Formats: sequence, C-alpha cells, structure tokens
Amino acid sequence: MSNHTLSVLVENVPGVLARVSGLFSRRGFNIESLAVGPTENPEVSRMTIVVAVEELPLEQVTKQLNKLVNVIKIVELDPASSVQRELLLVKVRADATVRSQVLETVQLFRAKVVDVSPEALTIEATGTSDKIGALLRMLEPYGVRELVQSGMVAVGRGARSITATSTR
Amino acid sequence: MTSATSRSESNAGPTPHPASPSQPGARPKPAPPAGTPVRVTGAQSLVRSLEAVGAEVVFGIPGGTILPAYDPLLDSTKVRHVLVRHEQGAGHAATGYAQATGKVGVCMATSGPGATNLVTPLADANMDSVPLVAITGQQTRALIGTDAFQEADICGITMPITKHNFLVTDPADIPRVIAEAFHLASSGRPGPVLVDIPKDVLQEATSFAWPPEMHLPGYRPTLRPHGKQVREAARLIANSRRPVLYVGGGVLKAQASEQLRELAELTGIPVVTTLMARGAFPDSHSQHLGMPGMHGSVAAVAAMQRADLLVALGARFDDRVTGRLDSFAPDATVVHADIDPAEISKNRKADVPIVGDCAEIIGELIAAVKAETDGTAKPDLAAWWTQIDSWRRTFPAGYEWPADGALSPQYVIERIGALAGPDAIYTAGVGQHQMWAAQFIGYEKPRTWINSGGLGTMGFAVPAAMGAQFACPDKQVWAIDGDGCFQMTNQELATCAIEGAPIKVAVINNGNLGMVRQWQNLFYAERYSNTDLGTHKHRIPDFTLLAESLGCAGLRCETKEEVDDVIRRAMDINDRPVVIDFVVGKDAQVWPMVAAGTSNDEIMAARGIRPLFDDDEVAP
Repeated sequence: MSNHTLSVLVENVPGVLARVSGLFSRRGFNIESLAVGPTENPEVSRMTIVVAVEELPLEQVTKQLNKLVNVIKIVELDPASSVQRELLLVKVRADATVRSQVLETVQLFRAKVVDVSPEALTIEATGTSDKIGALLRMLEPYGVRELVQSGMVAVGRGARSITATSTR
Repeated sequence: MTSATSRSESNAGPTPHPASPSQPGARPKPAPPAGTPVRVTGAQSLVRSLEAVGAEVVFGIPGGTILPAYDPLLDSTKVRHVLVRHEQGAGHAATGYAQATGKVGVCMATSGPGATNLVTPLADANMDSVPLVAITGQQTRALIGTDAFQEADICGITMPITKHNFLVTDPADIPRVIAEAFHLASSGRPGPVLVDIPKDVLQEATSFAWPPEMHLPGYRPTLRPHGKQVREAARLIANSRRPVLYVGGGVLKAQASEQLRELAELTGIPVVTTLMARGAFPDSHSQHLGMPGMHGSVAAVAAMQRADLLVALGARFDDRVTGRLDSFAPDATVVHADIDPAEISKNRKADVPIVGDCAEIIGELIAAVKAETDGTAKPDLAAWWTQIDSWRRTFPAGYEWPADGALSPQYVIERIGALAGPDAIYTAGVGQHQMWAAQFIGYEKPRTWINSGGLGTMGFAVPAAMGAQFACPDKQVWAIDGDGCFQMTNQELATCAIEGAPIKVAVINNGNLGMVRQWQNLFYAERYSNTDLGTHKHRIPDFTLLAESLGCAGLRCETKEEVDDVIRRAMDINDRPVVIDFVVGKDAQVWPMVAAGTSNDEIMAARGIRPLFDDDEVAP
C-alpha cells in the first residue's frame, strides 16, 4: 500500500469533520493523518488527508468523499510537485552533560528550542515526514519525554491554486 | 470548525412580531406575493415550506419537541398529515408513497425515540435510493448535548444512512433547508434526507419567503453522459455476440422504461431486471429473461454468466446479483451506466463507465447505436437466442406442489397476480414470500412492485402498501407478506382502517420464519433453531381476529379450491382493509438458488438439479 495525499475543500459548517472521518471508518479506509483548518475563504475549510491505499480503492475514497454534500473539491497532491510539511514538538531529556550535543542536533535540522528547563529542552521542528523522522531518531538516545505531532499539510508548487470558486 | 454563517436576509429576534399569527390555532393569512418575506414562527415557516415545495402527505406522530410544528399543520389545507401508530410505519409509508409516485415521501417524528424509530426506514431508503425527507423535533438549543429528556443526536446517528442531514439552528434557515432537503432527496441518485429542528427554533419568530436561495456548492450531480463513452458503448453493442441488458432500479428512478424498451427492441438484446427493477421492462416481453441473482431465473443467471457484453443500466452489481464476484460473468466486457460515479467500478471494474441519468444515457445510446449500425443492421444474436431459449425451455419458472398436500405459497401468490392484474401495486416484506412475489407475479408497468431490496427490512410490506395507497387512491394495493414480517408492523392496519387506505394484505402464513428455515434446511442439517413462530401450531395470533380488531376484514384460506374465491372476495371489499390468512405449507422453498458466497455457475434450478453449464454449447 502507498500513501496518497488528498487536499479536500469542504464547506465550513458544523459536523463536516465527523462526516469525513465517519465515511473513512465505515468504508474501511485507513487515515494515516488528517489536518484541518481555515482557508483564504472563510466559508471554506481545507483538509489534508493522508490515506494508505492502492490505486483502485483510492478512486473509491475520492468518489465516496465527493458524494458528501459538504465536500466541494478534492485534489490529490503528488509529493514531487507539492510542498508537504508536518509540525513536531518534542520534549527531550537534556541536562548539562548532553545539552550542547542536543543543541547541535537542533541546529543541524534547522529546528528551534522553544522551552528550556534544567532537565529538558522542548524542540519545535517542521518538515517532511522523512525529516521529522530523522530528527527523532537522532534525539531518541537522549530520552524523549513527550512528543506531539500535527497531521501533514500540503500545497501544490507553482502559481496555480486550488480554490472552491474555480469549480462553480 | 466554526459554525456556518447565516445566509438569511432575516433579522429575526426572540420576540414575535405583533402582526405575526403566532397564537395557537390561528389560521395562516393568504400567501403574499412570492418572494415577499412575512413574519411567522419557525413552525409556520416549516409548514409553509412544505406546502411550497409541494408535499401533499406527511406520515408521522407528534411528541414533545415537534409539537410546535403540529399546530400550524392542523390548519394546512395543502398538506395532509396521516397519524401512524409507530414511526417505523411512517418511514416505510413515506417510502411506499415515494416508490409508487416518484415524488418525495415525507415523514415526521419527535426527538429521541421518535427519531430513532426512523432509523430503520432511513437506512432502508438509503440502500434503495428512495427520495425521502424526514423531519424530526429536537431538544431546545440550550439543552442539546446535556442528555436532556428525549434527546438523541439523530444527525450523528443517521449520518451514515442518509444522503445528507441538517440540524437547523436558526429559524430563518428553515425555508432554505427544506428546499435543499427536497432537492437533495429527489435529484441525482435519490436518497433520504433528515432535517432536525430544535423546539425553540420552531417557536421563535422569523420571516418566511419563498423561493429561498439554495446554497449547495459541493453538490453537482452529473446528468448528461459523456458522448465519447456512449459511442464506445454503442460500438460494443453493435459488435457483441452474447450481450445482456442488466437493468437495475435506476431505470425506474429515471423513468426510462420507454427508452429501455426502445433500446431493447432496436438491438434485440435480452433483458434481465433486478429485484429493484421489476416492472421496468414488461415481464410478458419475449426478450425478458426475468430476474438475475441468488433467486433469479436460470436463463437470466446463465445469460449473464455466459455474456460477452453486460450493459448495466442503473444497477450496482450487488452481491445478491453477482454471487462470488471473481467468477461473475467472466467473459463479459462491462458497460456500466449509473448516475452515481461511486457505483462504477466499486464491485466489478467497468470497461466503459458512463455517468449520467439513465433516461439521458439510454436516449443517447439509442441514437448512437442507430448511427453505428446505419439504423438497419442489428447485432447478429441468432445463436445467442438459440442458447437462451434452450435454457428457458429446460428450466422454466415453476414450483412443485408440497408433498404433504398443504397449500402451495407460490400458487397463492401466482393467483393474486393473475386476478389483481398488472395495474395493481404489489408490496412485499422480506423472505420467501418476497422472492415468490418477485418470481410469480407478472409485472408489466413501472412502480407496481415495491419492496425492500438492499436492506432487507422485514415488516416493510404493510406500511409501504399504506403509503402507496395514499399515493394512488384509485389503485388496488396488495401487500404480499409473511407471518413473521406481518407481526412486526401490522399495527399500521389501524391507521389504514381509520385514515381510509383499503389495502389488501395476503399473509403467506407458513408458521415459520420461512427463509431462515430454508437455510436451516439446506445448510444447518435441518436443525430448526428458533424459526417456528407458532402461528400454525397455536394459531397465535389468529390473523383473522387480529384483522377484525384492527378494523379490517379478516379472511382465511387453507385449500387450493378456495384461493380464487377468497382473492375475489378481498377485491370486492373496498371500504376497509382486508387481511387474508393464507395457511400454506412450511416446507416450500425458493428455487432457483445460488448459495451465498458461491459462484453463479453453481445455480441450482431446484433441489439437486444443477444446470450443467460446462457441457453447454456456448454461442460463438
């Protein structure tokens, strides 16, 4: 199975997240990650859904999603022609003996320290899943105390944009 | 997620406008010119919206939270409310009404248990693509989410079993939401839509104007088919040697029976009609092979298995039609025409997908086939028809009289069909009687066969017949029911008796949950676990006495000689509903049969008789 990134424009109305997530669960499709937020148009929200399926089931996913009345438009974003980002906040054990090594890793990954205490550092990083994964592998030996990650958000490269109005 | 911005022009406040006819029982004023807002309550807005959208009959039961809506309903001269005995009956009646007419069926219930009792009919309508609007009361806005009395999150509950649903939080939205609900229910692939309205929204003052502006940016059903796809389908049709037109309920929904007949006669292709499509093509037509699927005719199942081209029209390759999918119609190229793009290639991959309304598609197919064949030459199907006719001759529809001499259920159903004729409307519950009613009644016209296909809802027949009778007061409506099904929803006979729906109910009483018993006989070593209902053994209930107590005529028939006479007596009674207790043998079985999960090649024409397809000479 391979991951596909769907960018879904939906009406910004109550219950739309439940409709989308309910559709995935009742039709047996697995969501790898889901992020939702406002867009340039206050009446429209945008969901970025990463789903692990083959080509044929992917066609079913998009067709079934399209049947939801509140779903306005669906575009599959190809990793090669889009920018894909996740946000990571991780709390790493870092006392005086290892702090400088941890900070070096943070710099190498162009991450940021957002909170410091005598025993731990909280690090913020954004990037592709690969980069986030690599950073975590580097930090793990020091001891990860707490970790939180956002779903992936993505946008196509170039001047063209996905808008709700273009389809009307 | 933030809440929707109100798209209404109204500035409704919490206090009623002095001029608004808000006091209970006040008659609504004559309608002002279209488009001019008038001051009303939310409840009045709802009733006016229902009037404006053309709803004629609403099936329902009042209760706490929907009460405000029932007050202006009392004054409506355009909307007739039929007080049912159970909300499930309201839902199935609305389905019967919709299936008999093609119009949107409407049902209404209060919050909590009233709304949850609509769940089964909504799921039923969703599976069979029935245009339905359900209106439910909801607890007041301030109480939502507090587990208040008779509170149920009916929008959450029905999300997976409706085409769409709405929770109305502003009375100004009521006309728009009702207009959108009816539009969604009846357009594209039809389906049920639920509108949940909190009590205080119904009570609040607002303004009403019609027509409202609909706002459905994500809803654009495709009606016109793609010309290139249609031409490709026509080319396949013209070059096929063993084609079959696989006709589903979508042809009835699209009112495309005339076009279907023209296409069939133009091309000479054999036609099969699924359980949902019985009546879409006349049973008496020489090109009709009957019903495909688990209990389909041998000719229909065999023709699909051996076809080189399947033209699916408004059908969805349901498992009850295909049997084991990987061995279904192995040699066939598939043209799949449906209004719902998600149905295409969902189960069987379509070689030529066509999305659109079936009436448009078939109309364009006719033109394209004519162009492809210069309007003269038909595909050469002589060898194919020779093959099909040999199946038809060898394995005609039929049944054996029960060995113990008991009354044959198939005979009873066959006689009802013969005496009531092709103009009557037939409804059925689910089980053996349903399959026999699909097999042994001849359907000649669209919308004369109404049953629960996808969900398989026992208890569907009586309330659906009631709805069909309200839709078609001049037609004879027969509910072919089983003794199991009948005991689930027969209370609606009281509604029929009081509200004037003189339906005829034929209870095919074999004393058992017959279809389950058949499977126990075939697959569970004749161990009959919990299928004997005692309706024979103890005569509990006595269906004739039950009928009488519900205000119906109660008749009974136990022998072959009485059958015609009792059917005629029932047909003569038109001032009240009639229930006939047909006491039939319990061992009759539905044949032909493809056992669940097996290949259609394994079809058994009757017990122990397997048409040997492998030895057949298949047409070139």
